[in-house]
Amino acid sequence: MKSSSAATVPRAAAEDAADDRGPRRRIRRQLASSPWLFAAPGLLVVGIFILYPFVSTLINSFTDKRTLIPGEYVGLDNFRELLHDDMFWIGLRNSTLYVVGVVPALVLLPLLLAMLVQKHIPGITFFRPAFYTPVVASIVVVGLIWVWMLDERGLVNAVLEAVGVGSVGFLSDQWLLLLSAMAVTVWKGLGYYMIIYLAALANVPRELHEAASVDGAGAVRRFFTVTVPAVRSTMVLVAALSSVAAFKVFSEVYLMAGPNGGPAGEDTTLVMLVQRVGTGLTGRVGYASAISVVVFVVTVALMLLVLRADRKEDA
Amino acid sequence: MTDENGRRMPVWEIVLRYALLLGVLALMIGPFLWQLSTSLKGPHENIFSSPPKFLPGSPTLHNYERVADTIPVWDYALNSLKVAAANVVTNCVGATLAGYALARLRYRGRRAATVVFVLAMLVPVEGIIIAQFTTMRELGLNNTLIGVLLPGCVSALNVLLMRNAFLNLPYEIEEAAFVDGANVWQRFLRIALPAVKGTLAVVAIFAFMGAWDDFLWPLIVLSDPDRFTLTIGLNYLHGTFANDERLVAAGTVIAVLPLIVLFACLQRYFFRGVGEGAVKG
Repeated sequence: MKSSSAATVPRAAAEDAADDRGPRRRIRRQLASSPWLFAAPGLLVVGIFILYPFVSTLINSFTDKRTLIPGEYVGLDNFRELLHDDMFWIGLRNSTLYVVGVVPALVLLPLLLAMLVQKHIPGITFFRPAFYTPVVASIVVVGLIWVWMLDERGLVNAVLEAVGVGSVGFLSDQWLLLLSAMAVTVWKGLGYYMIIYLAALANVPRELHEAASVDGAGAVRRFFTVTVPAVRSTMVLVAALSSVAAFKVFSEVYLMAGPNGGPAGEDTTLVMLVQRVGTGLTGRVGYASAISVVVFVVTVALMLLVLRADRKEDA
Repeated sequence: MTDENGRRMPVWEIVLRYALLLGVLALMIGPFLWQLSTSLKGPHENIFSSPPKFLPGSPTLHNYERVADTIPVWDYALNSLKVAAANVVTNCVGATLAGYALARLRYRGRRAATVVFVLAMLVPVEGIIIAQFTTMRELGLNNTLIGVLLPGCVSALNVLLMRNAFLNLPYEIEEAAFVDGANVWQRFLRIALPAVKGTLAVVAIFAFMGAWDDFLWPLIVLSDPDRFTLTIGLNYLHGTFANDERLVAAGTVIAVLPLIVLFACLQRYFFRGVGEGAVKG
């Protein structure tokens, strides 16, 4: 309001200067008595239940702590054991495959979906929230729905048989199971990333599309020369978010493959392993913490990798 | 039909768009409807028929009664509701207070406090669950609903969301109230808070959904079937009665329906911002 016209600007600037000695300064000073009161609940919760467990995970990873036993410092023993633990390598492999399988789909498909729902055509206010439904639903509900859909006698196989493909063991084959879980993750995530892309698309200047149109670029050309460059930073964000989430996958695989990770545990992911090893009365807290540390390190590395790839393309 | 520039859309484009929209709709909503249909099929109806029957022959609520006989599904729903409602209250109050302190107040340690919340947001929860579990045991809160609630009851992300919302408010309105003699609580409650209602609504919705949908943490912290939340109860139902899809289907419908209704009522908060942006762009 103070810069509503050019004539008032000098006066506003003078007021700003006065503010530094005036009410604004006093507001800050008066509040100085209570800021910690305001911040205390949040700081306490985050400190006790996020940061403290984070630090104790790091410390525990160097101990042989168990559920009811404090444990002692064992140096790098847990990490050395990891190297010879087949289950750990299976978990690492599956979590990595999950990133490779899920991330490209979650970077591209929600963008196409956002472009589809971007135009204000009649009924679009129905389609947008409807596409968001899988995001709202609990992962347990989603997992159980797809277990039923992909069952040997479920809907998908009924359709496949009707068209002559025959029954497919989506939930009994080790690799098909992992692939099905990835498909479910993508299905559930589409709407979430669609919203992020919608916000980004809203900021693409329409003139760019028009100029490209005039120059004779078709829809596909325009997608690659106008849309993709304009939403590139959003694509990087989606890649970073989805790769970190994919590496930490737990629920989808747990629900579809069962607590033991499918046939011979071959579909176990790292977080499933953490849960399995670290809980229960015989839970090996120290060893599970060591696996958690690997999860931290890889997720941080993934973030840096994605962000670095972004910077390289800029140069 | 015209687009937002007043240009006519060619008929083929309109047809193609709606065909794609309907196709995606079937893919996103279809599985939920199939689940609903399964849950309404009676015990004598073949749920494995080929070709599949999309509508139940004689719809019945029998399976819902059976779920309640098999597991205390309404108690589980009540447990979920308690945790979700408490999560909304604690997140709205805690995140608003902390967000206000981070955005509006100057004091020693403010920057450090902000860093604490940023760091907390970056910690992957999946990696610290075992230590959270141990912490909870030290506090004697394992296997309680309080234990389910506590770790997420003020999320760092929500604190930072509220901080950004308060940062966007002009100082002038608070100054006017200050000159009129309003103290910090009055200014916070009467001036600042009403101005960030939109962000607060988003925090509330996400807090409810997050608690209602959460799986991994309650799975770890709850061991006594009497205290299960709905998601854990469903997993239990699935494990125990995997053979009767009708039952599991009824259970999932109970779990998802309140949320879909809630979201349908509040979804404009999610999409309004996006829509406004699109019109401006």
